[in-house]
Amino acid sequence: MFSNRKFNLLVPLFSILLGFLVGAIIMVVFGYSPIDGYTALWNGAFGNAYYTGETLRQSIPLALTGLSIAFAFRSGLFNIGAEGQVFVGWLAAVWFGITFDLPAVIHLPLSILVAALAGALWAFVPGLLKATRGVHEVVVTIMMNYIALHVSNHIIRAYLLESGSRTYRINESASLRSEFLTDFFSGSQIHWGFIVAIIGAFIMWFILEKTTYGYELRAVGFNPHAARYAGMSVKKNIIMAMLIAGGFAGIAGAMEGLGTFGAMHTHAGFSNLGFDGIAVALLGANTAIGSVLAALLFGALKVGSLSMPPVAGVPSELVEIVIAIIIFFVASSYIIRWAVLRFKKEEK
Amino acid sequence: MQIIDLLQSIMPMVLFYSAPLIFTALGGVFSERSGVINIGLEGLMVMGAFIGILFNLTFAEVFGTFTPWLSLIAAGIVAGIFAMMHAVASVSFRANQVVSGVAINMIAVGLGVFLTREIYGSGQTASIAEPFYTRTIPILSDIPIIGEMFFSGTYYTSYIAILLAVFVWFVLFKTSFGLRLRAVGEHPMAADTNGISVTKIRYIGVILSGVLAGLGGATYALTISLNFSAMTISGQGFMSLAAVIFGKWHPLGAMGAAIFFGFAQALSVVGRNFPIFADVPNVYLLIAPYVLTILALAGFIGRAESPRALGDPYVKGSR
Repeated sequence: MFSNRKFNLLVPLFSILLGFLVGAIIMVVFGYSPIDGYTALWNGAFGNAYYTGETLRQSIPLALTGLSIAFAFRSGLFNIGAEGQVFVGWLAAVWFGITFDLPAVIHLPLSILVAALAGALWAFVPGLLKATRGVHEVVVTIMMNYIALHVSNHIIRAYLLESGSRTYRINESASLRSEFLTDFFSGSQIHWGFIVAIIGAFIMWFILEKTTYGYELRAVGFNPHAARYAGMSVKKNIIMAMLIAGGFAGIAGAMEGLGTFGAMHTHAGFSNLGFDGIAVALLGANTAIGSVLAALLFGALKVGSLSMPPVAGVPSELVEIVIAIIIFFVASSYIIRWAVLRFKKEEK
Repeated sequence: MQIIDLLQSIMPMVLFYSAPLIFTALGGVFSERSGVINIGLEGLMVMGAFIGILFNLTFAEVFGTFTPWLSLIAAGIVAGIFAMMHAVASVSFRANQVVSGVAINMIAVGLGVFLTREIYGSGQTASIAEPFYTRTIPILSDIPIIGEMFFSGTYYTSYIAILLAVFVWFVLFKTSFGLRLRAVGEHPMAADTNGISVTKIRYIGVILSGVLAGLGGATYALTISLNFSAMTISGQGFMSLAAVIFGKWHPLGAMGAAIFFGFAQALSVVGRNFPIFADVPNVYLLIAPYVLTILALAGFIGRAESPRALGDPYVKGSR
């Protein structure tokens, strides 16, 4: 029989396979060649140094929103509000980057920290309401997303607007971009944020696996009643888990503000980084290393999809469908387990 | 007098902004009352808007002035079928219902825009030839003051939405099907023990939510946006979900909340023209629905209590 560990690997792999299979079927139905389509996707993600750099760049915020959602999941919470936390983190980082002029060694880390604090503050509201009044965090975080969207647009328009819909550019001392990286990846927008994402993943692993505090968080996630019986404060743990999750998402926003764009635009809708983060966390089985790997996959899919229309004529939205199918099957892991077990039984 | 002027010019707008929200929120009530969280309302609305526009563009010549009505029906049917995916995942496959809803939202936008590109060669369709037109109801619109407020310059769909809310209330609270649906959402095991098929009722709840959200999305598309693109539905589904909760999972409450949110939306569009609202920054009106929903949930505006089995897959024989 299969062990749980094996299943944890099998389910994501199976889901990815099914996602690509559905994508291929759709391409065939609409008269495209799936081989051409997926070749264009691959080349568009890793075909040369530029595309590889872009894939890495896209994976950075995805890894961090993935960590945010995975961290919350481990303590039994669903942080669907990463979307809004990204916005406030992005705005806070850009504001700090524009307003202050400090030496880079201080300015850059402080800008990231400010973004983490903003994200944590945004996650504090649902955390507090969950802990003290038992309000379901999913609904509150969705509402907080929209509040973040409209409030950040308002603040940009009222206080930070330079031209059109964009804020002033951040000072060089807060920027994550570097000539060296841009040259190395032949002009890609890649920035040092990938180091931030790796540090973030390490921090999550360390907190959860190596500290008493992380042990308590996981205990609360497994069984809040048992955790309370063992003398742990469930309320405190819920609030702390949301604060840390919000911090990760806020940093994801900082990666966009300090790295990719060096500014912030007003948004008509969401960036989808938060929603894609749900996919990343799920596929990564809510582990730190899993989230990083899943972020790489989704980063590659997102960037690679842009090459599908010009090269193979396939609309890039195909990839959105593939990603959605992947999550759908990961979420339905029960049925995959059931099918695999059934299959095994019949073999014997 | 100024207040009456304001209301007279804003009420028709409130009615047509709230109609899509009412339809969708009623859908949300069906699904959530049966115990299935439906974050996918947004995606189901996208599907409805897409089908509504697609049908209208394709058959405008054939059906003439009936086209918008048939478009609505087509949108409801297709979105209902689409909602089966959510039902299969969350009822039969015991998937996390929130995640499944997120997947529904992603697939709807992806598929809608993919097909739009396939059929029309660009990410946005042309404007439809046969939209709904605003109507002025004879006789009723001649009533002083309220005639102009409620019965002139608005769409039939708004009245249908309001009547439907009353109908849904009747179904939920005065029929045996409604009793079963609510029982399944509160205590599935007790319902099962009494011979009610939890699976069947939940499927019906989710499919109805798809039909109604499809009507909502199509109403929005056929009265307000008049075309389809990735941005046509941006948040109305989540706002309807907020209306479900703000309305405490009650059809009439959800309708009231939807009208109130529609009022906030209308004010954010035309409020500027009125001295009372000229100085209020738009952002307060834009975030009002969401802030109020959080306050309601937190118990500052009455306690919002969800159906007890909301979000739990029912496994026969488990306690």
